[in-house]
Amino acid sequence: MEKFSTHTGIGVPLRRSNVDTDQIIPAVYLKRVTRTGFEDGLFSAWRQDPEFVLNQEAYKAGSVLVAGPDFGTGSSREHAVWALNDYGFRVVLSSRFADIFRGNSGKAGLLTGIVEQADVEKLWTALESRPGTEVTVDLTARRAVCGDLTVPFDVDDYTRWRLLEGLDDIGLTLRHVEDVTAFESNRPHFLPTTLPAR
Amino acid sequence: MGRTLAEKVWQAHTVRTGENGEPDLLYIDLHLLHEVTSPQAFDGLRMAGRQVRRTDLTIATEDHNTPTLNIDQPIADPVSRTQIETLRKNCAEFGVRLHPLGDLDQGIVHVVGPQLGLTQPGMTVVCGDSHTSTHGAFGALAFGIGTSEVEHVLATQTLPLKPFRTMAINVDGDLPAGTSAKDIILAVIAKIGTGGGQGYVLEYRGSAIRALSMEARMTICNMSIEAGARAGMIAPDETTFEYVKGRRHAPEGEQWDAAVQYWSTLRTDEDATFDTEVYLSAPDLEPFVTWGTNPGQGAPLSAAVPDPASIADPDERSAAERALTYMDLTAGTPLRQIAVDTVFIGSCTNGRIEDLRTAAAVFEGRKKADSVRVLVVPGSARVRIQAESEGLDKVFTEFGAEWRQAGCSMCLGMNPDQLAPGERSASTSNRNFEGRQGKGGRTHLVSPAVAAATAVRGTLSSPADLASPGLEVASQQGASTAK
Repeated sequence: MEKFSTHTGIGVPLRRSNVDTDQIIPAVYLKRVTRTGFEDGLFSAWRQDPEFVLNQEAYKAGSVLVAGPDFGTGSSREHAVWALNDYGFRVVLSSRFADIFRGNSGKAGLLTGIVEQADVEKLWTALESRPGTEVTVDLTARRAVCGDLTVPFDVDDYTRWRLLEGLDDIGLTLRHVEDVTAFESNRPHFLPTTLPAR
Repeated sequence: MGRTLAEKVWQAHTVRTGENGEPDLLYIDLHLLHEVTSPQAFDGLRMAGRQVRRTDLTIATEDHNTPTLNIDQPIADPVSRTQIETLRKNCAEFGVRLHPLGDLDQGIVHVVGPQLGLTQPGMTVVCGDSHTSTHGAFGALAFGIGTSEVEHVLATQTLPLKPFRTMAINVDGDLPAGTSAKDIILAVIAKIGTGGGQGYVLEYRGSAIRALSMEARMTICNMSIEAGARAGMIAPDETTFEYVKGRRHAPEGEQWDAAVQYWSTLRTDEDATFDTEVYLSAPDLEPFVTWGTNPGQGAPLSAAVPDPASIADPDERSAAERALTYMDLTAGTPLRQIAVDTVFIGSCTNGRIEDLRTAAAVFEGRKKADSVRVLVVPGSARVRIQAESEGLDKVFTEFGAEWRQAGCSMCLGMNPDQLAPGERSASTSNRNFEGRQGKGGRTHLVSPAVAAATAVRGTLSSPADLASPGLEVASQQGASTAK
């Protein structure tokens, strides 16, 4: 995973709550077996509306998404994170994220920062009053700066550390493989196995 | 201090307790795979030169993409076909047991696990699918994961996780006739909201929950994710043990006795405390339907489409306005007057044999409304066989419904079973998101009884609205299922 410390890019105000992962990327795009190339599916239904924020010239090259509460609800599809990444987003700021989406983001290098809803409103106002304004997101200091506006965001210490270091979870777990083996030797015998098939 | 059910299962699976803000490392007892969220995980293993650590705790089936017609023919959509062929290739290469399309044990992954007896109390169960919460009905800690986590479990049989908070959902009293588990969970989601469960494991408790069959309990736990929760659980009891006993992967003999002894300890201690508690009175419930574009936007069938202006919270109000526009509904319209084009009975929420029996009991001796297309899609190949052995297929076809092969089907429309733009459905599935069942499609989530009655009248209805009285909806309480 690529290291993340600071990112500066155009902020995109997405004034919607409950953005579910079916909206981020509909199921028809999930048939692919690759891990990249999902940018065309991102918000595909909404992008057919010429008024949609990403269809406005100033926001097209956006990389910091500022969304309403409960972003990423619904399906566990990590394709939602990949679609955001592939489009060019590096950060999503919202007052509330769905758990699975947030977990997936941390694994795939997309920063999800939790911001007070009042600060989301301020960011929306700033980004809408001057479309194309850049936001600087500093993971070390846990703050986002947009012009004169500085807002703190929350991200848990462990995810922050992993993003800062660009660490791969599997590699970290395999450091404890002896603990896993020890645990396995004590599992109750009545637990089922899938093999041999019955 | 006492512990909750969720805490007991968590602690029994902690390989390593995290220090200094690190997550715990949790052992996974059962990993379910399907074609959509696994290809990139297997690729990751290949690139890193890793193996599947425990093929004997891993099982795969094909469900999301599979057609429900002409399953003996090659899959017409080349992209779907490639994804399914990729799963077959990966399972063969890594030694994972697979139940492919056409196999007797193929079906929706969350129907197949319990049916085989692989889902048992006290286990940890994961799958790259958010409806993995279904398996919590057995008192298992079961939750959906993303593809990176699928790869992590394949490689290590563990997951690094921060402990979840706990929420008790207390449902007491008797369910009124015509209501079911689906109405309970839709009412719970409407009450706590789609984000209300974030960070929590929900434990469903109370006399109304204890009275439910295993299949009804699965319906409830299945939709925990729709309230934002990671998982939903129900303490195992005699109903649970009776369901598991005799299934192909259930323990036998002395192992069975040891298992039941352990399973009997899997209940929240009297002196345990939950982080949050919610109460619902079962006798007050009515058939519940959704009117909006998230599962929290629901109301009793007797109500009308709400007026967004009456909603105080500005975010919720604008979400409701958007939803009514998308759904093409006018505030104040009685929900019973909403006409649908399609009725879908199936999915991991309501695609099991009891659900099909409920629908068949309503259909028996009736004909569908001319304007409505009715799809009945069993949750698994074995559910289909069971239904046919009971003659339910004949009831469905005589009613005018289409009786299909097993799979996820129109719940998410990854296969050809989709709504056309502007089409409206009454669906026993779990999500009414914009475009979920097909681009531009409009979904009302309902119980199997409401779906069936809606198919008769053509507008959202409950069996009580049907002309000939005395027809009782099959009870979800205590019905037996084939093993």
